[in-house]
Amino acid sequence: MLSRTAENLFWTARYIERAETNARLLEVGARNSLIPNTGGGYRNEWESVLQAGGTAGGFAEKYGDMVQRNVETWMFFDRDNPSSVASCIEQARENGRIVRTALTSQVWDALNSASQDIREFARTERSKLSVSDLVDWTLRTCALIRGASQSTQLRNDGYDFTNLGHCLERADSTARLLDVKYWVLLPQVAFVGSGLDNYQWRTILRSMSAHRAFNWAYGGEITPRKIVDFLVLNRASPRSLLTSVEGAADHLDRLARAYGRATPAQTAVRGMLGELAEATVDDVFDEGLHEFLTRMILDTSRLSGVIYETYLSGDAR
Amino acid sequence: MPDYFNEMFDGSNVRMPYRGLDDWSTEMPLELRNLKQSEAEALFRRIGITFAVYGEGGSPDRLIPFDMFPRVFGAEEWRRLEAGIKQRARALNAFLVDVYGRGEIVKAGRIPAKLVYCNEAYETAVVGFTPPKGVYSQIVGIDLVRTGPDEFFVLEDNCRTPSGVSYMLENREIMMRMFPHLFQALRVAPVENYPALLKRTFASLAPAKCEGEPRIAILTPGHFNSAYYEHSFLADMMGVELVEGKDLFVEGEYCWMRTTEGPKRVDVIYRRLDDDFIDPLCFRPDSMLGVPGLMNVYRSGGVNICSAPGAGVADDKAIYTYVPDMVRFYLGEEPMLNNVPTWQCAREDDCKYVLDNLPDLVVKEVHGSGGYGMLVGPKSSKEQIAAFADKIRADPDNYIAQPTLALSTVPTFVDEGVAPRHVDLRPYCLVGETVELVPGGLTRVALTEGSLVVNSSQGGGVKDTWVMAE
Repeated sequence: MLSRTAENLFWTARYIERAETNARLLEVGARNSLIPNTGGGYRNEWESVLQAGGTAGGFAEKYGDMVQRNVETWMFFDRDNPSSVASCIEQARENGRIVRTALTSQVWDALNSASQDIREFARTERSKLSVSDLVDWTLRTCALIRGASQSTQLRNDGYDFTNLGHCLERADSTARLLDVKYWVLLPQVAFVGSGLDNYQWRTILRSMSAHRAFNWAYGGEITPRKIVDFLVLNRASPRSLLTSVEGAADHLDRLARAYGRATPAQTAVRGMLGELAEATVDDVFDEGLHEFLTRMILDTSRLSGVIYETYLSGDAR
Repeated sequence: MPDYFNEMFDGSNVRMPYRGLDDWSTEMPLELRNLKQSEAEALFRRIGITFAVYGEGGSPDRLIPFDMFPRVFGAEEWRRLEAGIKQRARALNAFLVDVYGRGEIVKAGRIPAKLVYCNEAYETAVVGFTPPKGVYSQIVGIDLVRTGPDEFFVLEDNCRTPSGVSYMLENREIMMRMFPHLFQALRVAPVENYPALLKRTFASLAPAKCEGEPRIAILTPGHFNSAYYEHSFLADMMGVELVEGKDLFVEGEYCWMRTTEGPKRVDVIYRRLDDDFIDPLCFRPDSMLGVPGLMNVYRSGGVNICSAPGAGVADDKAIYTYVPDMVRFYLGEEPMLNNVPTWQCAREDDCKYVLDNLPDLVVKEVHGSGGYGMLVGPKSSKEQIAAFADKIRADPDNYIAQPTLALSTVPTFVDEGVAPRHVDLRPYCLVGETVELVPGGLTRVALTEGSLVVNSSQGGGVKDTWVMAE
């Protein structure tokens, strides 16, 4: 297929996934801010969310003070924030419009309706829109778009590029959501293991719609080790790093088979997959959770770069 | 006020092709009509069939108003029209082969040499080259107006890349979805095989060096273009790639597209951009939309470009006057479709007549389109007419004038119920190995009472166009 079409499909998927990540981050922030402030003093739920999302700088420039309402606006509506839910949905729709011919009408319909809803929200009085409704809407909408794609798109190379977008962005997203914990607890090491600590871990799980699944898979108390195992190394967990990278590897394999040749992209994904498949929770904590996650985010973006050069840039020979 | 031909009513009698639509429209309660109208709009918006008007700003997501009352032709009416349209499309292509070749029609003195060879649209870069099977214009859009039961006039020819065919197809889809019982009761000929015919047309015009099944691509200026929806729609319906200039490159003697598997050769390009932008090495050097070197590949038979560069010289408004002569000269037949009488301001006598009779005439720029830069005499104030007269005197070569035609009317849904509104018609004639015409076209309607300007940029709408099967 046309490289440009593949690139647009890849990014449509990434934007959808990114919209979802932002909604989930918003939920983490909103829930964390509900905890009574018993520790006294420093509260930084919102900053942590912005740090993890990678948009803290842009926010500070535009709004300055960390006011909840401003953060909500920034993360959901603000077109100046390229990662806001509204920006992502519009970008996804624009990318989709460009490659309209590569999408089924169900997928296009879902993308187009999402963008119409976003415009409707922008016209609605803010007091009539609750954060939880907006988050719910985003999760539902992204699920609808993904579902339409899974159930109606032709299983050709375009499908692989779409899913590569989903997998890579999800790996990135899981790493970032998990990293919120690093930022939120950064100033007070004494908080580790406290009630507040547990509450925050639980919120992370909840934001990934995984708190029930976690209970089924592990049971008992929530500990950082179990959570890291669940969200990084567990194959059964739908959003874990391993699952996401494995998905990317599968789709790259399908591409190699369909095109009759392997490329540096397959080599790169295999490297990541090999490490994650063999890693233990101890390895992660020995390296330092934040350091490990930062490296994963970098590796993911490097893999994305290789995929771009190999398939999407149009320079392939 | 002239007497307008009403296509549905002959006095109080319903004309044959419209039988069945009278009851349908009068029996439809207002609520149902409003419901259907908003349903249609929602459908158009959902499929994303919108357009942007150049120079008007506003939302690129604007809808062209759709009127649900269809415009209908009887089988016999259509048969005559079809013969005339195909005849004209053949003559226009014969003319193009001739003027880029031996120029017999000029030598025979039937058309002034200056009009052809000094024409802005005459493309010296393709002189002496004949495209595959001698087809320059694969899609000929002929704009027609009707003034009586058997009186049709050609308003203009579009030999380059006439747009609007997606409306012909989508209007029908939506009508069938909303009023299935009408299609069960009446025998409306289908138009849905247009994309297949278009693909077959291109496939029959593979370039000299192409072996095997030709690979076809549509070249679009990009998703900011107002007709982008149509480009992607046609690519989808034909199952061909939709490419931008940057997706293509020239290497060796061929044109290639950049794919995820490496370069793939492209044999036939249906381009939806103007000659000027096709190849910066040959035409405008600042164009970012085209493909450097494409014209060389074209001239050496490595790729076919549809419509052929230079085809525009046949649909120029100054050349238009001579199309009936082309029919006689090349085909040896009498033209079945008439031109609208046209005065060329370039001619002194004509110009004098035009200036003396401006209040009764429609004056157009020779190279204008979209209803811009024209004067509709009967609808203009004295001041407007005087101002326009100055423009004509300043540059007479740039203007032609035609009488205001009594455009036929078709019943149209308006706030007060159903009322006659003026229409025109653009059928899309396909020229490849064979000449094909699907039974239908795009009917544009002037929604404002009394208005004769049907352009979508000037408040026009569209209707589904039906041809009754035998």
